[in-house]
Amino acid sequence: MADAAWAAPSTAAVPARTVASRHSALVRVTHWITALAFVALLVTGIEILISHPRFYWGETGNIHTTPLFKIPIPASRATVPTGYGYVLPDQNGWSRYLHFQSAWVIVITGLLYVIFSFFSGHLRKNLLPNRADLSWRTFSASIANHLRFKRPGEEEAWSYNVLQRLSYLAVIFVLFPLIIWTGLAMSPAIASVFPSAVSVLGGQQSARTIHFFVTVLLFLFLLVHIMMICLAGFRNRMGAMITGHSATNKERV
Amino acid sequence: MSDLSRRKLITTGIAAAAGVSGLAVAGGLAKRHGLIPPDASGPYGPGETLNYAAQRILNKYSMAREFSPSQISNPPFANEVAPLGDDFQRLQQGRFADWRLAVDGMAAHPATFSLADLKSHPSRSQITHLACEEGWSYIAQWTGVPLSHVLDIVGVLPQAKYVVYFSIQKDWWDSIDMADALHPQTLIAHSMNGADLPVGLGGPLRMRVPRQLGYKNVKYITRLTVTDDLRRFGKGLGSASPEGGYAWYAGI
Repeated sequence: MADAAWAAPSTAAVPARTVASRHSALVRVTHWITALAFVALLVTGIEILISHPRFYWGETGNIHTTPLFKIPIPASRATVPTGYGYVLPDQNGWSRYLHFQSAWVIVITGLLYVIFSFFSGHLRKNLLPNRADLSWRTFSASIANHLRFKRPGEEEAWSYNVLQRLSYLAVIFVLFPLIIWTGLAMSPAIASVFPSAVSVLGGQQSARTIHFFVTVLLFLFLLVHIMMICLAGFRNRMGAMITGHSATNKERV
Repeated sequence: MSDLSRRKLITTGIAAAAGVSGLAVAGGLAKRHGLIPPDASGPYGPGETLNYAAQRILNKYSMAREFSPSQISNPPFANEVAPLGDDFQRLQQGRFADWRLAVDGMAAHPATFSLADLKSHPSRSQITHLACEEGWSYIAQWTGVPLSHVLDIVGVLPQAKYVVYFSIQKDWWDSIDMADALHPQTLIAHSMNGADLPVGLGGPLRMRVPRQLGYKNVKYITRLTVTDDLRRFGKGLGSASPEGGYAWYAGI
C-alpha cells in the first residue's frame, strides 16, 4: 500500500476508475521545483552570456583571441566587438546571484529525486525501459509513432514509452551531471580544489563552451517535452503532474 | 482519516520539523565558523551563504592552478578603467616613486610602504589564470609580495577576520577573509610577465587573489585595513561590489 502511494501503477494495472493516482507527491513536487529553477537558470544564464557572447576552446579566451564561434547578438559590455552600435544594460550582478541560488535548489531537489527514485522503485518501474521495450520492433514502432505525431493512446497516460524513458534517463543521468560539472569547472575556487576536473574538459573556456551546448540540449528537451504534453492533452497531463490524478476518460480522442 | 494518510501526515510533519531544525543548526554552525558572507542579507543570501560556506570548507588550503610560460596569453586583456584623476597622473609622472601603501587597522605596528620598499621584500612569481565574471580570461605571470608577508610585518592581531583594500579610485574597494589574505598565492602584485605592472592592468600595485574572479583583484591599491567587522565599511556589505549588485564572494 505504501508502495502504491509512491509509485505510479504500471501499464498492466490501468484502474477502472476515471480518476486515479498517476504521479507520486514527491515526483510532482520535485518536478515543479526543478521546472521553476530551470527557468531561472535559463534566463539568468542568457543574461550572463550577453556580457560576452563569444565562445572559446582551451583555458583562456578574450577579445584578442580567435573565438570558436560567436552568438550574433548585441552585448552588455562595450568592449566586446559585436557589430551592433549599442550596448545592452548590465544584468550580471543579480543574474549571477540568482543563477547560483537556483543551481543549489535544482541540485538539492535533483539529489532528493534521484535518491527517491532508487529506493522507491520509480527508477526501475517507470524510467528504466523493460526488456520488451528494448526490442527493435517496439523501439522502431515508438519512433514511427513520434514521427507521425500520433496522439498517444490511453494506456500511455499510465506509463512512459521507451523513447520517453530514454530521454528522461539521458536528462537525469547525463545532461544534468554534465551541466553541474561544467558549471563548477568555471569556478576558480573549485578549479583550485579539483584541477583535473577542469583539465579533463580541456580548460575553463572549454568548460564554458560545453556548459552552453548542454544548455541548448536541455532547452531542446524542454521544448519537445512541452510539445508532447500539448499533443497528449495539455489539461490532462498538466492536471496529472499538479494533482497527481489523471482523468482517463475525459480526454479521449 | 485512514491509517495511510495519518502515517503520511506524521512522516511529513517529522520530516518538516527535522528540516527546519537542521537548517537552524546549520545556520548556527556556519555563523560560529565565519561562513556567512557579509552580503548574506536579502533574497540571494541563502545561495551566497551556500556558495561561500561550501567553497571555504573545500578550499581553505587549496592552491590555484599554475601554468607553464608557454601558456601566457599574449597580449593580456583588461577592461578599460575610468579616468584616473589628477592625483594618479601626478604620481605617474614621478614614475610612482611617491606611491604609498598604508597598512592599518588591527595591526600591532601599522606601517606605510613605498613601491621600492615593497620590491625589496621577498617576492613570489606565479603564472595563473584570471577570469572575469563576464566570461573572458587570460593567463599571465604575476610577481609581488605575498599579502601574508606584509601582514606579518605589521603584526596582525589574532582577532582579525578580514583585510579591506582600497584603490586610488574612490569607488573601488573590496575585502577578503583571512583564508584568502594569508593564502600563499595572494599577492600585492607590482610586476607582470617580467616587467612593471602596466597602468591599464592595475599598475603600480594590484591585489591579486587567484582563487577569485577578476573583480576581487582591485587595481591601484593605496591602503589596507585589517578588521574583524565589515559592517564599518561603506554600506556594510563587505565591498563596493554588493553595493553595485555583485556578490562579495567571487570564488565562483
